[in-house]
Amino acid sequence: MLKAHQKKSVLVLGGGIAGLQAAIDLGNLGFHVYLVERSPSVGGRMAQLDKTFPTNDCSICILSPKMNECSSHPNITLWTYSELIKIEGNIGAFRAKIKRKSRYIIEDLCVGCMQCVEECIYKKPKFPNEFDLGLSKRKPIYKPFPQAVPPLVLIDAKTCIQFKTGNCEQNCAKACERHAIDFNQKEEITDLKIGAVVVATGFDMLDTSGIEEYGACQIPNVVTGLEFERLLSASGPTTGHVLRPSDNHAPKKIAFIQCVGSRDIRNHTYCSGVCCMHATKEAILANEHDREVMSTIFYTDIRAAGKTFQEYVTRAKKEYSVSYIRSRPAFVKEDENTGDLYVTYEETTTREKRSDAFDMVVLCQALEPSGTDGLSEILGFSLDAHGFIQIPNPLSAPVDTTRPGVLAVGFATGPRDIPESVVLASAAAGRVAELLRS
Amino acid sequence: MGKVRIGVFICHCGSNIGGFINIHNVLEYTRGLPLVKHTEDNLYTCSDGGLSSIKEKITEHNLNRVIVAACTPRTHEALFRRACEEVGLNRYLFEFVNIREHCSWIHMNEPEAATEKAMELIRLGVMKAAHLVPLEAASTQVKPATLIIGGGASGLSAAVNLANQGFDVHIVEQTGKLGGLASRLWKLMPGDRLAHEFVEPLVNTVKKSKHIKIYLNSIVKEISGFIGEFNIEVKTPQGKKDFSVGTVIVATGARELTPIGLYHHGELQGVLTQLELEQMLKRGRKRFRNIVFINCAGARTPDREYCGRLCCATSIKNARYLREISPSSSVTVLQRDVMAFGTEFELEYRRAQDAGVRFIRYEPDRPPEVIGEKKVSSVRVYHTLSGEEIMLPASMVVLTTPLIPNEGAAELSRMLKVPIDRYNFFLEAHLKLRPVEFATDGVYIAGAARFPVDIREAVAQGIAAAAKAAAPMTAGEVILEATIARTEPLLCSGCGNCEMVCPFAAVEVRKDDKIQNKSFVNAVLCKGCGACTAVCPNGAIQQLGFTDHQIFSMIETMAFEDGSDVF
Repeated sequence: MLKAHQKKSVLVLGGGIAGLQAAIDLGNLGFHVYLVERSPSVGGRMAQLDKTFPTNDCSICILSPKMNECSSHPNITLWTYSELIKIEGNIGAFRAKIKRKSRYIIEDLCVGCMQCVEECIYKKPKFPNEFDLGLSKRKPIYKPFPQAVPPLVLIDAKTCIQFKTGNCEQNCAKACERHAIDFNQKEEITDLKIGAVVVATGFDMLDTSGIEEYGACQIPNVVTGLEFERLLSASGPTTGHVLRPSDNHAPKKIAFIQCVGSRDIRNHTYCSGVCCMHATKEAILANEHDREVMSTIFYTDIRAAGKTFQEYVTRAKKEYSVSYIRSRPAFVKEDENTGDLYVTYEETTTREKRSDAFDMVVLCQALEPSGTDGLSEILGFSLDAHGFIQIPNPLSAPVDTTRPGVLAVGFATGPRDIPESVVLASAAAGRVAELLRS
Repeated sequence: MGKVRIGVFICHCGSNIGGFINIHNVLEYTRGLPLVKHTEDNLYTCSDGGLSSIKEKITEHNLNRVIVAACTPRTHEALFRRACEEVGLNRYLFEFVNIREHCSWIHMNEPEAATEKAMELIRLGVMKAAHLVPLEAASTQVKPATLIIGGGASGLSAAVNLANQGFDVHIVEQTGKLGGLASRLWKLMPGDRLAHEFVEPLVNTVKKSKHIKIYLNSIVKEISGFIGEFNIEVKTPQGKKDFSVGTVIVATGARELTPIGLYHHGELQGVLTQLELEQMLKRGRKRFRNIVFINCAGARTPDREYCGRLCCATSIKNARYLREISPSSSVTVLQRDVMAFGTEFELEYRRAQDAGVRFIRYEPDRPPEVIGEKKVSSVRVYHTLSGEEIMLPASMVVLTTPLIPNEGAAELSRMLKVPIDRYNFFLEAHLKLRPVEFATDGVYIAGAARFPVDIREAVAQGIAAAAKAAAPMTAGEVILEATIARTEPLLCSGCGNCEMVCPFAAVEVRKDDKIQNKSFVNAVLCKGCGACTAVCPNGAIQQLGFTDHQIFSMIETMAFEDGSDVF
């Protein structure tokens, strides 16, 4: 199906929704794509979400087909657990070095049957599960999450007895009938020749431990937005039952505090763009799970500026017992006997000072670019004042960075929701086709 | 193709299936089923060894149907079909039975019942496989040309991208000039560039391109055909023009809502819209006195519930410009929520505040009141945060109104058979993951015709739509689904149910001379969703690969102990 002049290769960095979409579109345009993802599976942040606003689509259910499409696409080479370490050359003729970290599993042999995990010397999971943000546990040998692509296990050398003592019974290796476990596997460096790069490295969450007034990381029943998302998820630590961490009781009154570290001169001055809507969604879902749940969202402005977003907020108020109070709460205090929380705030529209009790508090913390500092050194592009990848000419070239042939999309370039990220990803594919064909 | 000879391959999937289901018993049971000539189990049927075994056994036992009882077709069907094809067996003579998700996983606490269910599902699979017929996937050529309807920022960006990829482009623009709404603005954000510095180079590139043909003062009169070859009729001032293209991009944009009856617009002198203000700034007006902006004029109301997305940003931008141009002016923005999302808009919001723009929050149930006789003189507003009603002197009131779709969207939606919402914005294939596509293949959507966008988003969506359109044109052909619907004309009564439910506009009841009032399925457009087959009262429309014959044979066999009676 390919035309000869299109047999050029493109490197896509990041296997979240933006990177997946860019890779699929580039593959469909006849380019060979190397999709390089730092973590052991593609899927990114979207894989961790329970549902997506404003349609309440199950997130993994709509994402998973894209993940599989990427791994089975004839034009896409998928390298997870891998990183770009060096790039030289110019547009049309870059040479990239990719480090393929060792997962201590021979990828071609492993089929993800989990027999090794079953037989691991640790009978019970003991170490924080990254996918569940530490809310659940995993073994040293594990599959990142049930729908992981590739559907393979990996060994975390930091927690594995064999790596720590050199003296494990290696039950995992004995259990593997396909002999896929290789404790001596070394990381590999692979050289690639590529014509262009698309960066789609997404976001991380602001570390909220500095936000003491809300008891982040101190009070057990104060969780972050993404942690709450995992509590809602059927594949999460509580199999979809929202239970508060201190006593596993089902909360009935939940407070969401917006702009935690966003629009805040102490942390990030920018608006993180998606929190008003994800709080609204989480409040709706909590009520769908248990109709007695009443949520209060403490907001600065409700930024529901996308297609059908206003309607979604209206529905939250009318049908899902969600109330919105315009306020930035002063502090959250815990009743240590009950684990209940008191949120003290001024309701700005009535100028009334109040302190209300809640069973749980969700902090919608700022989202920040992930790993762009290092990438800007390797790839030689500029960042903006907040650390997002700079798009010098956003009006006429909305995906071009300061380095020709290096494009950037998704949250790495500024707060974007899923459809915006998908649009930019497709635009990057179009831009690559334009650059490498003309 | 002679007698049916079925091979059944049962997968342990490591311990995923084998750990719960008694594979030995399933194997014995399957061996006893009619028409089954070969059975085997594999630790992993999907492994190289498993796939080689399928291929060997097809040849060795002269198998003409293959069943794999394993995991899900979603991830593995293509793999097994390919294996069959490699040894000359039509890929549609393969049948998948899911005994992992449907048996071992969901019933892992009841292994015996799960084993029984696996046997039952395999029996149904055997029954269906016996009735499978070979199918061929056809393909259709795709013409390397695109029709772009609308010559605004997104349409032009799509055109330049496609032209640079070497495709021919036809732009049909309703007005007499290219550039769209952007060309009527003064300055753009972010970056404070004059709008014409953005629009003119874009328009010039389009005009100079040898691949792009421009039809001004023109409208699309008729569109027929489907991906690969759409036949287009355009009405131009020079008369009718016909041409054909492989793909279509809808970029018809939007216009500013004229706030008829709102805040005395059109009644009092000095009540303008943002666009009217931009034009005043464009003409070079330098002196402003007491200016009051009212945001959400005609937006976020019960009858127009949506937020205009970029109106807040527009008001923030223009409010600051007024303060900068005329430092003695007083500029107040009456707002509800300030939609300054992201990095740049939030920064602009701060810049406006730093420049001395006052922002006052009002509540929708106590909206501002514009006062004056003939000419606007003041605005009364309930200041939410201070809890007082205040009077603002006003020499000019600027209403920030949302974008609404351009006229003609409904007509275009009919022609292209693509949906629109209650405001006449086009409805994309999927709000989250397919924002620039329609469910109909070969037709794409970009810019404010879908929902209000700023310039940057309009351009990005234009290029994204171009990338989508370029994919089938680069390949030169699209491979069609083989498992599509097909009508048996003798049984069809022409009731039209099928046409009504088809989400892809693939079915139509034809009323021409040759085929009288019969349903016809367009093989290019049909996705094989089966909606039409479910509503046909006569069983006239059948889904290949899932015919009544095949499905009913499975259902009937469940009524018998071992299914043997129905063969």
